[in-house]
Amino acid sequence: MSNIQKISRRDFVKIFGVTSTGIILGCNISSDKKSFIPSSNGKTFSPNVFIEIQKDGKITLISSRSEMGQGIKTSLTSAIADELEADWRYVSVKQAIGHEKYGNQNTDGSRSVRTILEPMRKMGAAAKMMLISAAATKWTISVSDCKAENHHIINTKTHQKIFYGDLVDAASKVEIPADETIKLKKVADFKYIGKTLKSIDLTDFTHGTAKYGMDIRIPNMKFAAIARCPVTFGTVKSFQSSDAENVPGVEKVVQLDRIIPPVGQFFGALGGVAVIANNTWSAFQGKLSLNIEWNYGENQTFDTEKFKEVLTKRVHEKGKLVPGSKGNVVKAFDNAAKVIEATYHVPFLVHTPMEVPNATAWFQGNKVEVWAPLQDPQTARAEIAHFFEIPIENIIVNVTFLGGGFGRKSKSDFVVEAVALSKKINAPVQVVWTREDDVKNSFYHATSVQYLKGSIDKNGSVSGWLQRLAMPSIVSSFKPMSDYASGFELNQGFTNNPYKIENFRLENAKAEANLRIGWMRSVVHIHSGFANNSFVDELAFAAKKDPVVFHLDLIGEDRIIEGKSNYPYDSKRMKNVLHTTAKLANWGRKLPENHGIGIAVHYSFYSYVATAIEVSVINDKVKVEHIWTTIDCGLVLNKDNVINQLEGAAIFGMSLALFGKITTKEGAVEQNNFYDYQMTRMKDAPKITVKIIDNMNQLPSGVGEPGVPVIAPAICNAIFNAIGQRVRSLPLIDHGLV
Amino acid sequence: MKANLSINEKNYAIDVPEAMPLLWAIRDSIGLTGTKFGCGVAQCGACSVLVDGVLMKSCSIPISFGIGKKILTIEGTSENLEFLRKAWHKENVPQCGYCQSGQLIAATALLDQISHPTDQEIDDAMSSNICRCGTYARIKKAIHEAVALKNNQNE
Repeated sequence: MSNIQKISRRDFVKIFGVTSTGIILGCNISSDKKSFIPSSNGKTFSPNVFIEIQKDGKITLISSRSEMGQGIKTSLTSAIADELEADWRYVSVKQAIGHEKYGNQNTDGSRSVRTILEPMRKMGAAAKMMLISAAATKWTISVSDCKAENHHIINTKTHQKIFYGDLVDAASKVEIPADETIKLKKVADFKYIGKTLKSIDLTDFTHGTAKYGMDIRIPNMKFAAIARCPVTFGTVKSFQSSDAENVPGVEKVVQLDRIIPPVGQFFGALGGVAVIANNTWSAFQGKLSLNIEWNYGENQTFDTEKFKEVLTKRVHEKGKLVPGSKGNVVKAFDNAAKVIEATYHVPFLVHTPMEVPNATAWFQGNKVEVWAPLQDPQTARAEIAHFFEIPIENIIVNVTFLGGGFGRKSKSDFVVEAVALSKKINAPVQVVWTREDDVKNSFYHATSVQYLKGSIDKNGSVSGWLQRLAMPSIVSSFKPMSDYASGFELNQGFTNNPYKIENFRLENAKAEANLRIGWMRSVVHIHSGFANNSFVDELAFAAKKDPVVFHLDLIGEDRIIEGKSNYPYDSKRMKNVLHTTAKLANWGRKLPENHGIGIAVHYSFYSYVATAIEVSVINDKVKVEHIWTTIDCGLVLNKDNVINQLEGAAIFGMSLALFGKITTKEGAVEQNNFYDYQMTRMKDAPKITVKIIDNMNQLPSGVGEPGVPVIAPAICNAIFNAIGQRVRSLPLIDHGLV
Repeated sequence: MKANLSINEKNYAIDVPEAMPLLWAIRDSIGLTGTKFGCGVAQCGACSVLVDGVLMKSCSIPISFGIGKKILTIEGTSENLEFLRKAWHKENVPQCGYCQSGQLIAATALLDQISHPTDQEIDDAMSSNICRCGTYARIKKAIHEAVALKNNQNE
């Protein structure tokens, strides 16, 4: 049975609130939503990707995923245009609202293309067959004498052609072809897929007309800034608002109670004191003029420096054995030619998307409308229904462009705040976080400390590998007392490292959460990628072997490891990206004085990435000179977009390697803004060379995130190569190297 | 405070608190939302505008600074801005797009000053603009491309 369905015009109106006279197809795609956020999906067929072909030939697709710079709108356009033999200029993409009818809309985990591509292509192919069928009937010829080309159906005998729009009426009455008759194009025939289609939003981006969350304006709306307790989950004891109320433009000051999420789901909101004004700046100023006394609560004693010491101590003691360990490391260490140990540290990090968290909400009695830059609009909608007891069908969540997401905008706390305030003041309101709020009250990417012990046998091969990890868990944000890294986190490069090691032992150490823990681009792979690649480099040095040769040896013989997903791990692809990068960087050449080169390879989001980085170190200052990255992400949808993502990942990885560090004193985050939570800037940006492995017959895998985890270790390995200094604790600025 | 601002060759009458930075008058009072808020402390360049041809971080200058002067925002146009736009398209620069208003305005200021900037001059001029998506290599290439487009046209 075909997974694709024709949507009746009546249903279309019901779903989209507008009428259509064209062909409307919908289909349902499965999802791999993280288990800790419960699904709001029913079991009934609910199509979640849609295309509509109109009588003027225009094709509209509805993107259920959010656009946050990863290029999903453009990628979907190429997929549909290709299979439908459409002219992409007729294709436009509408952003879906947050609704369970779209299935999983959570835009993270580098999974949009992975899950949507094939159904999207199938719908395109089905629509093409319907258009051909309509044309064949019209010409009273066989469908085999028709072909689709550039928005027309062509009679291959007479070379007559009919424009798609002119066939819509007839084609909309044609039955949807059975699933088994839908043939997708061969790789060699692709017109758009695997090629470059430039961003379909370029004109808006270059004219300031793309509407982000902060650009939403509705009549009579207010603007609000919220003072939140500097210590996580602290509450308002008392406050003085007269100074704030005297700020010109300020209209009202109200207290906002903390909204505590139920166990296992949602994000809730921190609460605090909100300043309502008739413009953003007055709200910001009013907030600065508040005098608030806080109950700091139990997180007040949280000090990241002390916490690092605690975690360091714990990873030097025996931890909980993680399933997947094998062999006998003790024996391996006893029989080794050489044993080395190292302890690695990654600090807390924060996303800082260029557009701060913000949301506009209008609470109107029994209904709510929201406009916000959201990666996960359905969770936002479910939160509103839950916390404000509004029937879910009365809640509209409009998704705007996202000025960057990186995981921050998966958490809908800022939406809950806006709805709570709108309810309180009985007016539409836009809550805007200041950059300081964003740095100080986020859901932080967890810190980690790792202890590694490894042995080399007499042949110079790795014979044993012990790894202990202490890292506050993301699960702690949903379930109290989650004091150990969870299974899904360990499965990001720890339990599933790509190495062939006979004696492998992984231990999990306790790590409490005293900040809200969230996920950031690449998530736990940042920790595994850093420690694993650094330690392999250390082992290679101990074994007196070339790091690339050593790494290839460690990945081992060609093998395929099947997992639960459709994406088995293939060691051959892993070695191939490593080889390719080494070649690209001309690995082994003589480097200029004070230069060093390092390599890292990592498997994440089912993609294979290897990166070589050349640095220079002059007067103890590191300059990243050149980054070479190879990715094997299977089928490539939009080539230039993949390159752009990998270039961006290199810069993102540099920011965290060079500068990224969130610290707390007495429970409060010490950093403020871009002057003390620094970003890579153009003057620091190296040359970046990206190579995409041509592997178009494999399933598409992640692109947005896999380029990040390799950057920090490759830089650190390059520094070691240049000056013999081993950096085991990020960021480099802490070592005076920046 | 009542004032008149000339933005993109158009006059706007506003009535706002005197200490309000220019950014918020442009965004919240006038409603030109192409100029972005990123940090509020002149660190990221998302709010870049030209005031009488001079590059300014509008989040950190008072409105009074803009009165009686010609302000250019991303919604406006200038010869160099148009070449830059073409080059931005050619190099497919943006990812999320949010910082690109400021990047384009900063690049316009650069080309207004230096018609053929070197890589070093581009680095110096553009390093006060942050792009969290990391499109720096493309921005640099596009600035060179804009110079080339302009030269080709003038030949």
